[in-house]
Amino acid sequence: MNGPADLIFYILAALTVGSAILVAILPNIVYSAIALLFAFAGVAGLYVFLSADFLAATQVLVYVGGILILILFAVFLSHRISDVKLSNPARFHWQAAFICLSLFGVLSYTVVSTSFPVKPGTVYQPSTAEIGELLMTRYLLPFEVASVLLLAALIGAALLSRPEGRKGTSSDMEEPK
Amino acid sequence: MGMDKLLVIGAALFCCGLYTILTRRNAVAVLMGVELILNAANVNFVAFSHYVSRVIGGQIFAVFVIVLAAAEAAVALAIFLRLYATTGTVEVDTADELKG
Amino acid sequence: MIRYAHLIPLLPFLAFLVNIAIGKRLPRKGDWVSLGAIAIGLAISIGIFFEVFRAYDPNFKYHVTFPFLDLGGRFVVNVGILIDNITAVMLLVVTTVSTLVHLYSIGYMHGDPRYNRFFAYLSIFSFSMLGLVLADSFFFIYIFWELVGLSSYLLIGFWFEKKSAADAGKKAFIVNRVGDFGFLIGILIIFATCGVLGYDEVFQAIGEGKLCGTLLTLAGIGIFCGAIGKSAQFPLHVWLPDAMEGPTPVSALIHAATMVAAGVYLVGRVYPIFTPDAFLFIAYIGLITLFIAATIALTQNDIKKVLAYSTCSQLGFMIMGLGVGGFTAGLAHLTTHAAFKACLFLGSGSVIHAVHSQDIQEMGGLRKKMPITFVTFLIATLAIAGVPGFSGFYSKDMILGAALEFGMKSGNPLHMIFFVGALFTAGLTAFYMFRLVILTFFGEPKDHHKFDHAHESPPNMWVPLVVLAVLSFSFWYSGWFGTLVQKPKSVANLAGVSAPAPAATMEHAAVMAPAPQGEAASAPTVTPHESGAVVHGGSTLDASRGSAPGKVEHGQAPSHGTSAPAGTLHANGSAAHGESHDDASHIAHTAHTYAMYSSVAVGTLGIFLAFVVYSFGWIDPDRVMNALKPLHTFLQNKWYFDELYDATVINGSKALSRGLAWFDLHVVDGLVNLSAQLGVFVSFLVGKFDDYVVDGAVNGLASATIGSGSVLRRLQTGKLYHYVFVLAGGALVIFLIKAF
Repeated sequence: MNGPADLIFYILAALTVGSAILVAILPNIVYSAIALLFAFAGVAGLYVFLSADFLAATQVLVYVGGILILILFAVFLSHRISDVKLSNPARFHWQAAFICLSLFGVLSYTVVSTSFPVKPGTVYQPSTAEIGELLMTRYLLPFEVASVLLLAALIGAALLSRPEGRKGTSSDMEEPK
Repeated sequence: MGMDKLLVIGAALFCCGLYTILTRRNAVAVLMGVELILNAANVNFVAFSHYVSRVIGGQIFAVFVIVLAAAEAAVALAIFLRLYATTGTVEVDTADELKG
Repeated sequence: MIRYAHLIPLLPFLAFLVNIAIGKRLPRKGDWVSLGAIAIGLAISIGIFFEVFRAYDPNFKYHVTFPFLDLGGRFVVNVGILIDNITAVMLLVVTTVSTLVHLYSIGYMHGDPRYNRFFAYLSIFSFSMLGLVLADSFFFIYIFWELVGLSSYLLIGFWFEKKSAADAGKKAFIVNRVGDFGFLIGILIIFATCGVLGYDEVFQAIGEGKLCGTLLTLAGIGIFCGAIGKSAQFPLHVWLPDAMEGPTPVSALIHAATMVAAGVYLVGRVYPIFTPDAFLFIAYIGLITLFIAATIALTQNDIKKVLAYSTCSQLGFMIMGLGVGGFTAGLAHLTTHAAFKACLFLGSGSVIHAVHSQDIQEMGGLRKKMPITFVTFLIATLAIAGVPGFSGFYSKDMILGAALEFGMKSGNPLHMIFFVGALFTAGLTAFYMFRLVILTFFGEPKDHHKFDHAHESPPNMWVPLVVLAVLSFSFWYSGWFGTLVQKPKSVANLAGVSAPAPAATMEHAAVMAPAPQGEAASAPTVTPHESGAVVHGGSTLDASRGSAPGKVEHGQAPSHGTSAPAGTLHANGSAAHGESHDDASHIAHTAHTYAMYSSVAVGTLGIFLAFVVYSFGWIDPDRVMNALKPLHTFLQNKWYFDELYDATVINGSKALSRGLAWFDLHVVDGLVNLSAQLGVFVSFLVGKFDDYVVDGAVNGLASATIGSGSVLRRLQTGKLYHYVFVLAGGALVIFLIKAF
């Protein structure tokens, strides 16, 4: 890759990984959520480097715009207002760190020492059209199933989060009893 | 090549997500860890799709992963809210009904 | 008539069954049943005797058999009846004496509470004795032998309320059993070697050499042991005096005439199988017995005991006579003794009945009060003393002659002891018998009260006495007896040296090859050629026998060719010897003559001495007794035999049984208890094992499971992150393994 591209690449990589580390470490859960946001953004940027433009957009839209918001809602809804800064102390982090570091080490080693059959040359082309076409033809079934799944998830989540004792009313989040 | 770097990034993401799951007490934090892991997997998929196989199937897969992650997050958070309504806390330590 | 021989024992047996079962309810308690049975037997016996007499054949033999027990192969037993000359005589003796005793018992046992049983026992005794006489094989003679023993036990111990009577019965049976043990061994030796048990077959087998040498001697001695027991020879004579506890008719029947004679009869019956060594043994036993018994009889004061020892002594004479080769002599004495001894016993019973005492020291002068008893008793005593003209002289003389002949023939000067001992004892016999007569019937009564009470017995008691006394004269026996009863040919295959009086070879039915017989009966006897004819009722004697060996018993017709009347029949006394051109028969002649003279001399001396001491009073018996006090005591106490046996055998048996009881109690039971305790102990151990090991294993397994479960349960924390942790850790491990 050429210079600036590499630089941007490394910045994005650092952002992603750094954010991820912060997600893991930060005791304050809101801070963790914000760090997660940056992690998602970083990943989206990496997707661009992999000529997955549609995917990058989707990532930002869904992950950041949807999931992260949900997470934040859940965070706020599951704490007393006064406790939103509840510290989230970790426990037995040494063993976990050991595991994770060794796992990282093994995986990295594997990756580095393996010679993947990389096809020469890099082609950057828009992928949206192709993805749309494939979704309608070859991957139609998964597409439909995914929509059904979403429906189910929707209903399920709505059902689950309903307050007890109420029937048929709108899901009105109340203060927990 | 560049693929190595990407794969290493993916591995790093994965390990961070794992660390989060293992150490955090808050269930929502655990969910965040799960999202990290999913993202790591996505990165791997797309990397391979771009460098090795040159088909676009990897990206489509990643799309679906994102969709599923969303659904799963919604349901999980609903569960967490229910848990909070029931027990007053979302600490994972309290959900030990499976204890032997 | 001889065809009905089987009825002779059978009828008394039936009488026994009747009397035992329903005797009490019959009129007169059934004595006529027994008497009738035996009387019929007597009639048949007389008939048989006359048939035999008419045949007048020394080789007469009547033998019928039919199979009895066939166990296949080796063991085949036939039952049969064998009648030959001596059998015919014995039948007559037994039935006569038995009938007379039955008759006598009607008076003697009158009023006894067990009257019918007495006659039943008499009947079974008669049955057993007659069966013994008629038996034709060792198997059956042994059976009847034991039956006779049983009957004598029942009869001796008839008044069993008296302890001494019960003990006497037991003693008789047990001592007899000791002898019978030897008898059985003898029979078994014969059976083991010859495989047969009938007399004829056995003689034949021995002749063929199946049994010879020392074993044959042992078999002979074994069989003789039965005779030692039954005929009260030394050392098994101890039962006979005690047997006087039985009623007097029993003593007369059993111990005078019949049962004790069974032993002598047995020896006569199996005469051919004895080896010279066995004969010597027999002769010595007889000699010892006759001497010991006579010495004891000198000192006894109980009338029945004197007669008992006298019987014992006379039996010794018979046995010795048989042992030194006087076959005819022994059996003749058997016959004559039956008559006069029965007469003496019944006479003593008559005296006891009159005086109510058995002690001769309380008697005296009874001849005036009981004349018939006195006369018959005196006649019988003269007979036993061996006074010429009486039957006892005839037979005893024959015995002495045979003994002297044996001594003279034998190279061993020691063998003269038989003659000397017998002669001396003959003198003793005369002495003590006349002592008995004098003290009982002569002189002044010692106890006047008893004397006044005495009276003659009723006819049913003195008629038998008279009959028996009449039979005590010699003319009844001399002549025919010697001809008909002759020594059978020996089959004991030995080149016998001191074969007792080899001679008078008479062929029995046994077929012998001439050759073996050649060496058989020692040197001169040899009949060069036997006619080997199977004898069966009337075969002839060997003509050849006339020659040298014509060694005949004193008094018997010298056997020769049948018709040849050279065998002149003789009356008593005169030494009959056929044409003896031989040393042997010359010796015989000399012996018999010398014996006759000396026996008469000795007998006379004995009688004279008896009168001198007890009647004339020239020698005071009490002073003699005091002078010889230790000897007298020794004799009076029966040579301390009973005490000796008591100390050794009885106490030995008791000690043995005590020892065995101790062994059984402590060792055997100890072992059993030990094994029981071992069992308990083992089961205790097993229980413990079961508790600790088995249950322990099971429980341990359970505990281990629970323990491990409770340990492992801690894995299930319920906390999901723990699971993830482990999952991650496991995945790491797998990666590591795979990577490296």
